[in-house]
Formats: sequence, C-alpha cells, structure tokens
Amino acid sequence: MPRAERPQSTGRNRPRALAGVTLALGAMLLTGCAPEEGPPTLTWYINPDDGGQEAIAQKCTEASNGAYRIETSLLPNEAASQREQLARRLAAGDSSLDIMSLDPPFIPELAEPGFLAPVPEDVAQRTTANVVDGALAGARWKDQLVTVPFWANTQLLWYRKSVAEAAGLDMSKPVTWDQLIKAAESQDKYLGVQGQRGESMTVWINALVESGGGQIIENPEAPGDEIQLGLTSDAGIKAAEIISTIGKDGLGSPGLPTQDENNSMILFQGDKGSFMVNWPFVWPATNAAVESGSLDKSLIDDIGWALYPEVNAGEEARPPLGGINLGVGADSEHPDLAYQAIECIVSPENQAEYFVTNGNPPSNTEAYKDPAIKEKFPMADTIRESLEQSAPRPQTPYYNEVTTSLQQRWTPPSTVDPQSTPQTTADFITSVLRGENLL
Amino acid sequence: MSTSVKTARPQTAQKPAPQFSDRVKAERRLGWLLAGPAFVVMLAVTAYPILQAVFDSLFNYRLTAPDEREFIGLGNYATILTDEVWWRDLGVTLLITVVTVVVELILGFALALVMHKALKSVRGLLRTAILVPYGIITVVSAFAWFYAFDINSGFINNWFDWVPGIDPDLNWFAQGGTSLFVIMASEIWKTTPFISLLLLAGLAQVPDELTEAAEVDGATWWERMSRVILPNMKAAIMVAVLFRALDAFRIFDNVFIMTNGAFGTEVLSLLAYRTSISRLEIGLGSAVSVLLFICVLLICFIAIKLFKVDLAGARGGK
Repeated sequence: MPRAERPQSTGRNRPRALAGVTLALGAMLLTGCAPEEGPPTLTWYINPDDGGQEAIAQKCTEASNGAYRIETSLLPNEAASQREQLARRLAAGDSSLDIMSLDPPFIPELAEPGFLAPVPEDVAQRTTANVVDGALAGARWKDQLVTVPFWANTQLLWYRKSVAEAAGLDMSKPVTWDQLIKAAESQDKYLGVQGQRGESMTVWINALVESGGGQIIENPEAPGDEIQLGLTSDAGIKAAEIISTIGKDGLGSPGLPTQDENNSMILFQGDKGSFMVNWPFVWPATNAAVESGSLDKSLIDDIGWALYPEVNAGEEARPPLGGINLGVGADSEHPDLAYQAIECIVSPENQAEYFVTNGNPPSNTEAYKDPAIKEKFPMADTIRESLEQSAPRPQTPYYNEVTTSLQQRWTPPSTVDPQSTPQTTADFITSVLRGENLL
Repeated sequence: MSTSVKTARPQTAQKPAPQFSDRVKAERRLGWLLAGPAFVVMLAVTAYPILQAVFDSLFNYRLTAPDEREFIGLGNYATILTDEVWWRDLGVTLLITVVTVVVELILGFALALVMHKALKSVRGLLRTAILVPYGIITVVSAFAWFYAFDINSGFINNWFDWVPGIDPDLNWFAQGGTSLFVIMASEIWKTTPFISLLLLAGLAQVPDELTEAAEVDGATWWERMSRVILPNMKAAIMVAVLFRALDAFRIFDNVFIMTNGAFGTEVLSLLAYRTSISRLEIGLGSAVSVLLFICVLLICFIAIKLFKVDLAGARGGK
C-alpha cells in the first residue's frame, strides 16, 4: 500500500501528479490485485539458515509438478523476535502464513488460541513415523499433533581430550556436572556454558532440572493462574547449586554473564577451553575456522564429544531440545497444499541433505542412515542418542513469561542462591501469571 | 519527535488575538492552509493510536488469548504503579535523562563556542566533523559501542587498562553501573552535536555589539559569558534542554542493543516494548505506554510553565 503514496507532487503540476497517481495505482494492480497465474503460491516463513530451506523449497516446488509453488520469506534472527512477528500476524488473521518454521517452545502459545490449522490424520501418521521422541513431544499440544517435526537440535558435551586426560576423567562413560566442575578447577580452565540473560539460560536451567528428575512446570497445560512450579524440588535446588558454583567460582570465565553459544565456543577453542555444552553447530564452525587458518589444526584432533553431563551419577541426563517444526496458519488459503508441501519438505532425504549442508540435525531417525552424514558429522550417532533422551522446555502457552522470569532471576549466575533463588523465582512467576506483577 | 511537534502547536494558537490587519489575517489563513494537511495527518497517526492505547489499557487483553479479553477499568494502572519494576525503570530513565542532558549541555556549549569562534575557512569542515555522530543511526552507534566494550570483541579493556578499575577481565555489561556508563556515554557521544547545533544558533543570536560593548567596558571573559551571552541565549538553551530531555526520556535503542534491560538497566520504553510486543499483553502494555506518555507530557508542562521555555522565541526572532 505505501507504494501509492510515493510519487509526491507539490500540487502545482497537476498533470504530473495525476500521472504519478495513475502509475502508482497501476503498479499496485500489477503486483497486488492482479489475478494470480499459474499454480498457487505457498509462503514459507523461514528462520535464517545457510540457504537450506530455500533449496528445499525449490526442490519441493519442482517435485509438486505444478501443484504449488513455495516462496520463502525470511523471519528475524532471534527466536523470540520470530515468535513476536508470527504471533502478531496470526492474531491479525494474515492469510499468507501458509508454512511457518516454528521454534518448539512457542508452539503451545500459538496452538491454544487455534492459530494453527489442524494436521490431517494421514499427514500426521506419515510424517511422525521414525521421529525421535523428544522432537515428537515438542510438536504436540494437549495430546494432539499440531505441527510437523522438521529438524531437531540437541546439545552435546564437547571436551578437549588433553584436559579430560590431565584431569583423569574417563570420557567413555557418562560424566557428571560435579566432575566437570572439579576438573575445570583442578586444571585451571574455564567451562563453556551459556550464562547470558537470554533463551540459552533457560535451555541450561531446563536441562539441569530435567536431568535431576524434576520439571520446571509440573502441570504445563493448566491455565496461567493455576500453574504449579517444580523449581523448589530437589532437582531445582541442585540445578541452582551447579549454576551458582560455576558463577561464584569464576569457572565460566569473566564473560559468563554475557556468554551465549557463540562466545562459549570461542572460549572453548581458546587456551583455557576444557568442557562445553553446546549445539552441534560448533563442529562445522570450528572446522571452518581451522580451514581458514584462524585456528590451529591440532585443535580438531583434541576435540571429543559425549552425551550431555548427568546431574546425579547414574541417572541418565535429559539434554536440551531445540530445532524447528513446521506449522500451517489457520487462515491460510491453501492448508491442504501446505501440508502436502510439508510432507515433501520433511522427507528423510531432505532432512539428511539439510544436515549435511546446513548442520541442522534431522528429527527422523531414517535420515541418519545417509552415509554423507557420518562423513560430515562423525558424532551423528551421539546426536541421535541425545535426541532420544532429550527433554523439551516447559510446554505452556505462557512460555514467554516463564523463560523471561527465569532469565531475570538466574542471571548473572554468580547471584544465584540455591537456598532462595528457586523459591523467589517460583513466587515471581506465579504472581506474573496471575497478572499481579510486571515482568 | 512527535511530542516536540505537539508542544509547539498550542504556543502559536494561544497567542492573544486582538485586532489584526487584513494582511495578518490573510497570512494566518495561508498558514492554516499550508499546515492544515500536515495537521490532519498528524492527528490520524498520533491522536488515533493514542486514543486506541488509552482504550486498550482498560482491558485485560492478551493477543494470543483474544477470547479472554475482559474489562478491568484502571486495574492495569494499579498493577503497574504498585510494582517496583515500574519505579525502578522510572528511576533509571530519569537518571539517564538528567546525566546525559547535563553532560551534553556542557559539552555542547563548548563545541558551539568552538564552532562559533572558528576561522571562517575551517568552520564548514568543523561543523561537519562535529555533526557526524548525530548523523549515525542510533542502532548502528549502539552496536559500535557495544562491540567496543564487549569483553569478547572489545578493545577498550586493552587500550585503557592503565585506568584504575579497568582490566582485561572487566565485563562491562555484567552489572548495572558499568552498563549504564556505556549506555550514557554512547548517548552523549551521539546527541551532543544536536545540542551544540541548537546552542550555536543561540550564540549567533547574541548581537556582537553587546559583547563588544562589554569588552570595551572592561568585562572579563567570565563576566561577558554570564552577564551578556548566556542571558541572551536563554531561549535557545531552554529549547535545547527540553528537546533533549524529551528524547533522552524515551531512550530505547542503546539499552535494547547493549543489555536488553539486563541487570537493572531497563528503561520505561523498553518496559512498554517488552510488555506489549514480547509478552503480547496488549492491555498492560498499553497502560505502560499511556503512563510513559503522561510522563513526557509532564516534562513538557514543567518546562513550559515553570521554566517558561518560549518555543517561538528560538526560531531566530529577537
């Protein structure tokens, strides 16, 4: 619409002004209001990546034999900003939201008010066979599949073999956070964790609480004012202990209060790097840095990987779960075609290719059989195993309130007090959800 | 900026209107004709959203729960005004406003003097150089300052490690005090040119004869400054202070980019943004915005009524 206002005229030159208006109207008609020719266009709102989704869109457009055409539209960088834009558009009834790349924690918020078109039974069956449990859990709301899992992410424990050896840790067996803390202390190294006030902090807290056998929210499907928090459980207190120790003892480096995934990777690659919990992107990123010559080649040989550290020895860890699911807007004009396109997008071949080209792991176990994956990601089996164990973040329509409160109360990590922080956070979240407090 | 435009308007309208000659009347009519369309557009793009926000602020309304919308009267205002977050953010905003405006006024005046006294040959170059920071988009300058001070990518810790308190391990954005220092420094760097330009206009208004006469009478530099120059440019100074105070009170970009409100650096605009845009709490967020708007109106009121800022006087007329 703003296009019509652009050719501004002073008014003195009427004919020119008229011509301008006519031109603008013409342009509008041509672009917006002209009847569509050819197959219907599906708009796929994608999160920024290395061009993988664009390539899949083209591939599926060709494979559809003229049934539809997929056009991609880029969302903002941050997951939180992606959610803001999509939520606003969905609430306003935007009919261009045919396919959306959605971050799992925000799905309940969009599913609860009916912003997402229901997944057809047959599509649900075909697209969820062989999908890892964690990703499947993240795609559901109130026992209904509301989105289709596309790719799934998880964090591994990355370690420097030299440091682990010097500290006497046997990395072939699961290790605990307490062991890592001791090893970093004894070797005078830094642990790579994400302590910034951001989503990565919630990812860390959730993984610790879940690994300790607890849950941040015990009844995630309850209405806002009835939500019960599990932060004051033993698992919550133990999680606070781990974070507080790393913060207070300076084990996360002075940069911890502002450290995100990228910063902790750089720390890990440096002289004081030891152990790090992070997503698999660090592997291609480190390899690329070595290839470009900014890091030494010996670094690659010194890097090992294992499953996410345990909280209590002998209790399987519940690693973080990330990734992207695909949803269809309730006001889309072509929901059937959109789901047809989604089936094509999430095919195991596309997922495997996407992993190899963009480094985002498949949610479908079939895709891991692709030999190209093992070559590019020697840790692919560990990733798959980690995905099977992973736990999603609290699935509630009030996720934004929960994560923001956690981030506010648990950062900087050095101020976390295991005795009081879980309780004050729980009280705060409760009062925010009841509308008694600002956030 | 919209607020500053708004405050300017009543001034012209309120002038006492005794008898006018035909020419004055014709001029007035022409003035309305010229300003009219802009006035209508302004009403459409400011008055309508303001009224909508006032209306929305009376509801408990979450964008993702449209069916649960309910009228709660002034409930949102009660929630906000009894919450320490609002008062903490108000305090931070006022602190930033006062500190930056005072520092900018002093620096800006010094720069205005330099520009005023500079040789004709370098005057243009000098003005351009001083104005460059003001021409930079705030988000860009915020990123530049952020990366300069950031513990991972910054160079400040290395360059200034001889200053007591600064060492390579200092994480500027890990606590409130140092974060606010960087935020304010960036704000000052960026907007001092604006104040200095307004003050330069004021300096140019002071008749040379007055300063020359004072000099002949044996007045010292300080006496000329405090008795002749400053009183004569009071209008320009007050306008500069008012404009900058209003702008500084609505600070958003620097805080958003550098800390996103972490560690006690949140300002009111950011609170409004987070409540309505991030939390999608349209009702509560609108109430925060309305309160923020009232604060801005209050500043205008105080400046215009109590300090008698004459916005018309700064137009260059003596």
